[in-house]
Amino acid sequence: MLGLEKKDFRLLMIVVVLTMLAPFILNPFPAESALGETFNAGYPDLMQRFVIFGIFAIGFNILFGLTGYLSFGHAAFLGVGSYAAIWMMKLVTLNVIPAIIMGVIFAGIFALAVGYISLRRSGIYFSILTLAFAQMSYALAYSVLTPITGGETGLQIKATDSPLLSNLEPGEIGRANLFGMDMRTSFELGVGDWLFTFNSGYYIAAVFMLISFYIAIRIFRSPFGTMLRAVKSNQTRMYYTGLNARPYTLAAFVISGMYAGLAGGLLVAMDTQAGPERMFWTASGEVVLMTILGGVGTLIGPVLGAGAIKYMENILSKINKDILHEWFAILPDGIEDFLVTIIYPFVGKGWHLTLGLIFMAVVIFLPGGLVEGGQRIARLFGRKKTKGDGEEATQSTPAE
Amino acid sequence: MSKTDLTRRGLLKTGAVAGAGVALPTIFTAQSAAAFTNEPTGGSVTLGFNVPQTGPYADEGADELRAYELAVEHLNGGGDGGMMNTFSSKALQGNGILGKKVEYVTGDTQTKADAARASAKSMIEKDGAIMITGGSSSGVAVAVQALCQEAGVIFMAGLTHSNDTTGKDRKANGFRHFFNSYMSGAALAPVLAGAYGTDRKAYHLTADYNWGYTTEEAVKSSTEAMGWETVAAVKTPLTQTDFSSYIAPVLQSGADTLVLNHYGGNMVNSLTNAVQFGLRDKQVNGKDFQIIVPLYSRLMAKGAGANVAGIFGSTNWHWSLQDEGSKAFVKSFGTKYGFPPSQAAHTTYVQALLYADAVERAGSFNPCAVVEALEGFEFDGMGNGPTLYRADDHQCFKDVLVVKGKENPDSEFDLLEIVEVTPVEQVTYAPDHPQMGGAEATLGSCNPGA
Amino acid sequence: MDNSRSNITATAGILGAIVAFFAVVVLLFGVEATILQTLDGLSKGSAYALIALGLTLIFGTLGVVNFAHGALFMIGAFCAVTLSQLLKLSRTVIDETKTDFLGNPAQIQVPYMNDWFGAETGAAIIDWAVPLAILFSIPIMVLVGIVMERGLIKHFYKRPHADQILVTFGLAIVLQEIIKAFYGANPIPTPAPAAFSGSFDFGAMLGFDPNVIIYPYWRIIYFAFGALLIGGVFAFLQFTTFGMVVRAGMADRETVQLLGINIDRRFTLMFGLAAAVAGLAGVMYTPINSPNYHMGMDFLVLSFVVVVVGGMGSLPGAVLAGFLLGVLEAFASMGEVLEVLPGLNQIIIFLVAIIILLTRPRGLMGRKGVMED
Repeated sequence: MLGLEKKDFRLLMIVVVLTMLAPFILNPFPAESALGETFNAGYPDLMQRFVIFGIFAIGFNILFGLTGYLSFGHAAFLGVGSYAAIWMMKLVTLNVIPAIIMGVIFAGIFALAVGYISLRRSGIYFSILTLAFAQMSYALAYSVLTPITGGETGLQIKATDSPLLSNLEPGEIGRANLFGMDMRTSFELGVGDWLFTFNSGYYIAAVFMLISFYIAIRIFRSPFGTMLRAVKSNQTRMYYTGLNARPYTLAAFVISGMYAGLAGGLLVAMDTQAGPERMFWTASGEVVLMTILGGVGTLIGPVLGAGAIKYMENILSKINKDILHEWFAILPDGIEDFLVTIIYPFVGKGWHLTLGLIFMAVVIFLPGGLVEGGQRIARLFGRKKTKGDGEEATQSTPAE
Repeated sequence: MSKTDLTRRGLLKTGAVAGAGVALPTIFTAQSAAAFTNEPTGGSVTLGFNVPQTGPYADEGADELRAYELAVEHLNGGGDGGMMNTFSSKALQGNGILGKKVEYVTGDTQTKADAARASAKSMIEKDGAIMITGGSSSGVAVAVQALCQEAGVIFMAGLTHSNDTTGKDRKANGFRHFFNSYMSGAALAPVLAGAYGTDRKAYHLTADYNWGYTTEEAVKSSTEAMGWETVAAVKTPLTQTDFSSYIAPVLQSGADTLVLNHYGGNMVNSLTNAVQFGLRDKQVNGKDFQIIVPLYSRLMAKGAGANVAGIFGSTNWHWSLQDEGSKAFVKSFGTKYGFPPSQAAHTTYVQALLYADAVERAGSFNPCAVVEALEGFEFDGMGNGPTLYRADDHQCFKDVLVVKGKENPDSEFDLLEIVEVTPVEQVTYAPDHPQMGGAEATLGSCNPGA
Repeated sequence: MDNSRSNITATAGILGAIVAFFAVVVLLFGVEATILQTLDGLSKGSAYALIALGLTLIFGTLGVVNFAHGALFMIGAFCAVTLSQLLKLSRTVIDETKTDFLGNPAQIQVPYMNDWFGAETGAAIIDWAVPLAILFSIPIMVLVGIVMERGLIKHFYKRPHADQILVTFGLAIVLQEIIKAFYGANPIPTPAPAAFSGSFDFGAMLGFDPNVIIYPYWRIIYFAFGALLIGGVFAFLQFTTFGMVVRAGMADRETVQLLGINIDRRFTLMFGLAAAVAGLAGVMYTPINSPNYHMGMDFLVLSFVVVVVGGMGSLPGAVLAGFLLGVLEAFASMGEVLEVLPGLNQIIIFLVAIIILLTRPRGLMGRKGVMED
């Protein structure tokens, strides 16, 4: 179906169902309960980030998971995509589609340039070249390119912006929309104590994510994908068979750069702001970590990894001492204080610590990332056939 | 353009949709249920405290958070009331805000615009925050202020010193109590002229981003007006940690004064490096070489240690001030936490109280009503003398402190001494001042959301 | 080594480039500025070289991409902070004549050192905390290195580089968060002994005007210390049996093992040595910049760039690249340069890295086949 094998089609369908029902899945607790106030993640901004960073990681995985080329500067493409998108919105139209397209195109062009140069080297030399380009982009965007990038404060849509194709009243601040539908429009559904939010921006981003995911499956299963895997397993042998690997890796690099640009454009579409720290090396590092955490070379892994990291960043960091005391309020005072003292260093301002520990735990105990964790649980329940991508994960010995 | 709204938990509290397992679609409920974003409907109101909890400004953020917790305690009638007793407006009763108990949520800005906006959005969308406040950098302040303008909530800026926050990037829903680059320059110049004379050659090292640019411009123009000459102005990368290659050429240039337009870690390192070079022991043009740090912060001064001794700078507030408001605040903060508050703690505490007071006076949480109540509001008893929240740009106008690093500090907190309290008239400027974005800068109109 | 000839031609080329570079620079900026910025570049470069050296030892011997190396540098710095705080441990005396910020009687801290050794000697010991920390930190850093290798890194030799990156990055975060929990996020001033404050006037010595070419004593010491340490590591690898075996292991691990030599234990010690080198670089760095918990991350990217520009698996390459990038950075920071090319100081390191990697495929002195797949 859709040109996919049965197994892949089933995986795609699972992802479709999961993304469409995300508002339910991410809000498992009643809105007013202590758990709900803390752990519910089904609010528009975070749901949007899940799928957008999912796209970013899927794209990164096309390069890293298939060819083994570890780019350490992918955030630069996301940043370029963001800047292109916001300028499109400031100057031409507030409709998000042209902005996103511009983001993809500019990121693609930039990726072509960077890839053309960087792919002349391999291994860590390649990684450092990409890192160098990204850090230069960051540093220049922060400082001397301030007239174009807004520098430290970044770019927002202002009351003084009047895009060509939109009829704003003077002084009105333009808002991102899709043919008139505002990205922030939400539909709320109350069921008992539960409250679910269906946000138009999220569903638009989710559709883009599903399309990206579908394309990624097609790439993974195509002769082109096989060729990319050949690059990873033995480039020398490829040369001897008379094949030049460069055009293939460059194509993969540009495709994954365009995915990053799409993610950057979507970020701007959902929240009209672009700033240079999006291109800092830690942002590039983050997508690497997302992919490895989820499972390199698997289809669904990067999306899971992106979700896990964004969840921790947005949920754990908001837990403060008061919330902890609220949780354990039923317990005797001594035990309550003890538990709060034990847990507090790992949440709130200590959320980085938890992140670091999880990185270590996953890579030590689950060498295949979260996907392997999923498989182990599936096996535990005696299901012979694992999830659609299971076979994929086991056969792909991660990048060396 | 379609009607929009942001999620409000408050909706459930009305009980309108809390049917037993019945799904009730509530499209655009804003029209019927609420007049503005996150209108508090229950017995409590939620404020969002968005401060850096990770990264280089984490300690400053922690101090801001302490101040907010203290403010919430005081607003809800706990503690000794702090500055509520000295505040000239007596609208606050100690029974929460408009009788609603004050609750709060916290978040981590990471001192990154993206992360700060994500955190603020989660407060607005998930927690139903009616006001966002905090932050320790201008990049974050400008980004979150723009977000609050779009979302229709009030933004009370924390520590942000760049002119842009209430200059070219000013917003109707955003307010700043902290002072800015222009004021630093205007306050420092006369003191410097008095201490070091009007015939000086200054060498600027400037952090290469927006705040650095505005500070350099402000200090340059006000010192040049005093007769100083600017020999050179060199930009340094934000990520720079070792400033030796920037400091080495200073003596050769013939300059006799070094101005470090740096903040935070940059300031700690550049000042330490400059003192290491022994610049202050040198004589140039027959004068003692001097170093100036336009924006001081006690926490950062602590990082630079003994190197701050005798170095001039400006600050928004210092705990050693002896007016009633400052004394009351230092007392309640010091009693609760065991050490004196920083200027970041002061400005955030004051902002929280000012917001609560404005709501009380307006009689409504509606952002537009709050904006109206704060615009042109004159108050006293908050530690900086008589203060005006100017309507044109939502900037507070108050006295500015010129301080100097102490030579022989008594304790680890006693690092700065107040040299002069520059009166507010001297640091006031026109709303359309060229350094503030000129005539183009506009607040726009207030946005209540919904 | 088999590629000694190519190394000789490379060295000649590099020397030529250096001479040409300085000729141009002297013409442009004059002799004084050139001497000053070169000096500064070398001092900066010695920090880069030290960190890169430790990183290369681990890359080269163990084949592990160690993202926690910056954290080792940071831990070294905090050894100095800890020692200085230990020396300053105090008893509290209430002084009724003074008041604290709340108006209560002031509490004066009297260090035990003053009680034990008298006020003057006590103060002198506290003043010398940083040099003393050198001794204090070596055993700690070696221990940290060995524990890290035995407890964690050992299990990742056969794992893909991606996994090594994830686990060491996780470790780096955990280490720095622990430091942050104890010491806060603010920088902590840890000055050099008062005897080393101020600057040395090279200009006066060389016959130029006084006060033109001055350079802080401590930075000169740092440079000398770095050079000594680098020399020591090379001598150790070159002239001891232990070093010989390790070098043999770096070149061909399996053969060495087949000869019945327990290379693993030696590699563990090498890890300890690398940690000590990074730690000492950190200890000595504390007076230059007040240490804070994220100083390791600030150096991480830079040290990787230095290692790769130097060439994977080459110790001399790492050192050379450290000094090269230090000097170029110093010159790119000059106001005269920035007037013509604004922003050059922001990108110089990366720009140079790109140019070198494009002209010399394996960096300055890289070996073929190391980390290229």
